[in-house]
Parts: sequence; structure tokens; C-alpha cells
Amino acid sequence: MKAEMNVIDRILIIRLQGELDHHSVESVRNNIEQTIADGNHRKVVLSFKGIDFMDSSGLGLILGRYRSISQHDGQMVLCEVSENLRKLFEVSGILKIISLYDTEADACRALGRK
Amino acid sequence: MQSLRKEVSVMEFSEQIQVLQQNYLHMQFPSRSENEGLARVAVAAFVVELDPTLEQVTELKTAVSEAVTNCIIHGYELGEGEIRLHCALHEGAVEIIVEDDGKGIDDIEQARLPLYTSRPDLERSGMGITIMESFVDEFSINSTPGQGTRVYMRKIIQRDDR
Repeated sequence: MKAEMNVIDRILIIRLQGELDHHSVESVRNNIEQTIADGNHRKVVLSFKGIDFMDSSGLGLILGRYRSISQHDGQMVLCEVSENLRKLFEVSGILKIISLYDTEADACRALGRK
Repeated sequence: MQSLRKEVSVMEFSEQIQVLQQNYLHMQFPSRSENEGLARVAVAAFVVELDPTLEQVTELKTAVSEAVTNCIIHGYELGEGEIRLHCALHEGAVEIIVEDDGKGIDDIEQARLPLYTSRPDLERSGMGITIMESFVDEFSINSTPGQGTRVYMRKIIQRDDR
């Protein structure tokens, strides 16, 4: 499990890669929290393009980051949820709370990138 | 003598066929988070002979991952313990039991509620049981506080019309 992160136009883009389960979630969470805190990021895109497997531990990660970013008056959106993850996202109801975009470019535009 | 031996071998053969028709798998492993991946990959490999779709395999892996994670986080509260996984193929379906000898669930109805979690401190989503219920065809959970929890799941892989 890896999280590749970079910043474009003050938007933090986090590309999750590999298998996101209870075993891997803690180090990724710490890594992401640290980056958000260090950079004082208010706009975050989470991309699931590189995710091979995810369970409810991943949902916990998304909801947790959404909560902490919202508390700091920030915005977070999701993108690139593949077909095999779609049912997990739908069953969980998470898409009623957090916006999902097809592509990273769409997600960045939603956060104000021209 | 010759014919008797023949009969015996026929019987053995038919027994073997039965075993082949109802393949099974038993695993036991310690309550360690790295075994979540091991358990779901083992089940995915086990059902291959039923020729599942990619979607079915993903659903099965997710359900198994949730069940094993619950044993580790809730059953054994991240401490030591043993988890047992039993799988069997039966008439185009896979039956799975995941059990622990952990602390058990006091209120199963509460545990089943979407978004309910006993461990918000660990940033759990409270969706584990809801996901298991949605991703398999039959689901039940039995628990005795202080003794352990057993989850039963059945997923139909091959349908008659396929």
C-alpha cells in the first residue's frame, strides 16, 4: 500500500495504490495526516485509480479525512473509483456525503482549478 | 477375490468423486492483521473451480476481509488469539465460516446497524456487517459474550442459467 502525493495549484492530490485494508490503513493515514498538516492543505483530491482492493477500513480512512478537512473549512473530493470498487462505495452511502468525479482533472476543476 | 477388489476400488472411486464435488478448506491462523490478506486471497483461489466472475471474486474477498478484520479488532481487541476459516463448495455455491474465541458481541442487532461501530477511536466506518450482508447471498452471525463469534456466509457462484 502506497500513497503518492503531489500538489498542483494548491490542491493536494493523493493517489492511493495497492490494497487498502485494516492492515495497511494506519501507516497510510498517518502519512496523509502528516502531509495535510505540514502543508496546511485545504483542498484535497483522493484518487482510487491504483487501488487493487479495498474494504470498510478504506471507507473509515475516507470519512476520517473528510471530517478533519471539513473541520478546517477545507474541501475533499474523490475520483477514479473503478468498477470493482463501485458497489462498496454505493452500499456504504459515502457518495451521499462526498462528491465523486470520473477523472482527476474533473475533481481538480471542482476544487477551483482552471 | 478379483471381483471384490474391483468393487472396493469402485467404491473408493465414488467416494473420491464426492470429495471432489465438495471441495473444502480449513485454515487457522493467529489474529494478526497481515492475515487479512492471506484469508481473502485463499478464499478467492478456493472458488476458482466454480469459474466466478471478477465481480463475484471481489465481493467474496471484501466479505472475508470484513469478517477476519472483525475477529482481530473486535473479537480479540487487537490482542492475541486464533481465527478459524472454513470454506466448502456446495452445489455451485461457496459456504464460509469465520470464527474466533474472542470477547463476543453483547448486542448483535446494534452491531448490524449501518454506521454503528464500537470502536470510533480506531476510525472504523461501522459498515463491515452491512457490506458482508450486501456482498453474499446468505449471512448470519452467532455470538456468545465471553466465548466468541461465528459468521456464516453463503455466496452463489454458478447459477443454473449460466
